[in-house]
Amino acid sequence: MPVPVLETKDLTIRFGGLTAVMDLNIHLDEGELVGLIGPNGAGKTTVFNMLTGVYKPSAGTISFCGELLCSAEHSVPPSQISIKGIARTFQNIRLFKELSVLDNVKIAYHQHVKYGLATSFFHIGKYAAEEKEIEKKAIDLLQLFGLENKKNEQAKNLPYGEQRRLEIARALATRPKLLLLDEPAAGMNPQETQNLMELIRFIREEFDLTILLIEHDMSLVMGVCERIYVLDYGRVIAQGSPAEIRTNPKVIEAYLGSEGIA
Amino acid sequence: MTLGQQILQQLINGIALGSVYALIALGYTMVYGIIRLINFAHGEVFMIGAFVGYFAITLFKFSFIPALIFAMLFCSLLGIIMERLAYKPLREAPRIAALMTAVGLSIFFQNLMVYLKWVGASPKAFPRVIEITRYEIMENVYLTSDKILTLGVALALMLALQYVVHKTKMGRAMRAVSQDKDAAQLMGINVDTTISFTFALGSALAAAGGILYAVSYGKIIYNMGTMPGLKAFVSAVLGGIGSIPGAVAGGMLLGIVENAVSAAGMSMLRDAVAFAILILILLIKPTGLLGKNTREKV
Amino acid sequence: MKKSTIINLIFVLAIGIALHLLRKAGFINGYYDHILTKICMFIIAAVSLNLINGICGQFSLGHAGFMAVGAYIAAIFTKNPGLIIPEAIAGMPRFFVALIIGGLMAAFVGFLVGLPTLRLRGDYLAITTLGFGEIIRVLLLNWKFVGGASGYFGIKPYANFLSVYVLAVITVFIIQNFITSSYGRACIAIREDEMAAETMGIHTTKYKIIAFVLAAFFAGIAGGIYAHLMQAIMPRDFSFLVSVDILLMVVLGGLGSTSGSIMAAIFLTLVTESLRRFQSLRVIIYSLMLIFIMIFRPQGLLGGQELSVSMLKEKIKLLFGRIKPEKGYASTNGTE
Repeated sequence: MPVPVLETKDLTIRFGGLTAVMDLNIHLDEGELVGLIGPNGAGKTTVFNMLTGVYKPSAGTISFCGELLCSAEHSVPPSQISIKGIARTFQNIRLFKELSVLDNVKIAYHQHVKYGLATSFFHIGKYAAEEKEIEKKAIDLLQLFGLENKKNEQAKNLPYGEQRRLEIARALATRPKLLLLDEPAAGMNPQETQNLMELIRFIREEFDLTILLIEHDMSLVMGVCERIYVLDYGRVIAQGSPAEIRTNPKVIEAYLGSEGIA
Repeated sequence: MTLGQQILQQLINGIALGSVYALIALGYTMVYGIIRLINFAHGEVFMIGAFVGYFAITLFKFSFIPALIFAMLFCSLLGIIMERLAYKPLREAPRIAALMTAVGLSIFFQNLMVYLKWVGASPKAFPRVIEITRYEIMENVYLTSDKILTLGVALALMLALQYVVHKTKMGRAMRAVSQDKDAAQLMGINVDTTISFTFALGSALAAAGGILYAVSYGKIIYNMGTMPGLKAFVSAVLGGIGSIPGAVAGGMLLGIVENAVSAAGMSMLRDAVAFAILILILLIKPTGLLGKNTREKV
Repeated sequence: MKKSTIINLIFVLAIGIALHLLRKAGFINGYYDHILTKICMFIIAAVSLNLINGICGQFSLGHAGFMAVGAYIAAIFTKNPGLIIPEAIAGMPRFFVALIIGGLMAAFVGFLVGLPTLRLRGDYLAITTLGFGEIIRVLLLNWKFVGGASGYFGIKPYANFLSVYVLAVITVFIIQNFITSSYGRACIAIREDEMAAETMGIHTTKYKIIAFVLAAFFAGIAGGIYAHLMQAIMPRDFSFLVSVDILLMVVLGGLGSTSGSIMAAIFLTLVTESLRRFQSLRVIIYSLMLIFIMIFRPQGLLGGQELSVSMLKEKIKLLFGRIKPEKGYASTNGTE
């Protein structure tokens, strides 16, 4: 059996008396595109925050490519997790707003920079060649996302849809194995959502990614995900293919009164 | 004098000093709780309070209590003006901008005092408002009248604050704004007024602290706010910044530790101790003794 | 090295040589010579503080404290021949070695102060560095070996214009190189959004400490220069007000702009010298300036841009009508 890229065992987190996520067991095999859905406040983003080291779990473990990543006893800072190969986007876009589009991507390349601190003081040796390479790679990446003609603009001046795209590009610049997308279609119109769907499929092939995404837009989730976990009150209440989820009575009950399933 | 008696005596001295720190720390902690700003100029409000009290007594011939109330009112007004003119325009700006403004204000007030003809750079003797008498409460353990005054006034003010914060409408508004400014606004709370009120309250307590400090030390000078201000901040962090009982506990604790260090013959290191405590608490428990864990929303 | 860097270097070299020749020819008297040297010292201090406050977005108030460490340590080494540095190294070489030791000591102290505080939110650094500055002063007041409150005297005047000018150029060169490198970008990312920087794989605490220690090192160098310029130092030379003076240079020049810090350092040193007789009035004006800049023009006078020879050329061209806006500048229209 192949080793899953991501596996959580009985992952739990409590804030004071409130249990936000309870005994979460999910796994993602290599190359899978999996959705994590659930009503508002179900604990989806909290799961992402645990996976990326922002929150420390109260119990349970997270394994990445067969290796223990973190647990209640062993917490790892977010930067370390990024270096191991998990990248994410944020629900409420967190770009470096005042910086140029190009710099946003270049910053994400930083963890792969090979020249040392002393080299940075004097700009000698490998410096020029490596900076040139970073610039080229960043521009190539922006080209894939159709942003390269805006590379000198401040990130905050991009239209909303392009900011979302830039955030994904920036995450990819860290060269992850696993990409976590937190509501990538939020605030997009149907046409933009359609384009995003194609983009997600495309980057999975292009970058050999495994993707876990949180989404409210059911057309996107149902259209692009191969498997879906449904979270409600911090627990997984259902899992399976989009077709199975669509007809699962528990899921319909959880969503009843909020939003229907397309 | 036995060791036990000595410890008890230092405890009393420490609590008296600590109650002054606590009064200043309350202002730091309330302002921080409500707008997440370290108001560096708070130590200067403390100093100005002492000077206003001085002039009220020497120039206007007020007696102690009216002078105290006058200084508290004066500083409340000062606090409101400071907030409206300097901090309000920066509420949405990066935090560092508001911090720098606070530093600017602190320097401004200190040097304005030096520049004013009737204050100047040299210290002034604070008038004696109470006859210093010593009461032997136990064998070799004394309580002086100025300490009783300090403790009494400080305690009364803390109780009054407790009442305002927990039993009045304004106090409820303060607590709401410190939880979530936007939500409070939607609930019909006037956020601007609430923030101004918090500044007024904190500044009034600092003014009282300034006068009590002046009564015990006997003299006042333009830069008297720097060290007590810094130490009050340490007290607030020690108790858990944003927490009102924390500020009181932190102030008392710091006062006691400082007195113990002086009594042990290391008075030179007195000022360094507060700083060492700050480093230690930041290393071990950054949320302070009574502080709550707050998470950044991601 | 980029072409623009080389042009800037040539420009800087030309100014240095020109000023040096003017001194030699006797156009610049001793008093102005002293001020020129002081300006160079403040440039070192301001550019290094800009690294923490402007680039990294942290708030240090302890620059004077680090300068004090550098000043006293360097002075001890030049005043005591044979102490650790072999006696054979004397005169100017000894001064440079002493400066570096002073800088390293300041950097080490910076590490000790930064380690516990830089993990936490920005505001704690401000108060810890403020407290640190005060503590250094108290310790120096009580240190008999360096004269306590009465000061440390008889330091040789090694800090002449030429040597300090060279030191300032080296400092700006190193710091500016750091800022434009990937490490500098990492620091800027921390300023912009600490959480996002962390999830991009940037160990934020580590980079904050690197920037802080680097800045402390150069502050120590500036302090060492001060000692060998004034020939006598006392604890109150390094009071909190000095930190605020340097802070104002950084803010006036625009947080994050090295060239802005340099120009503000020149301007404010000159103003300070001319207002020397009105100490408290000067401080009142400075503090009001700090407040007004923060409220009305937080980006500083230069607005966070870097001034360089090529940019000046561009501006001059614009002035004379041959308008040719730089590429990528006006790209809001004509995309897609």
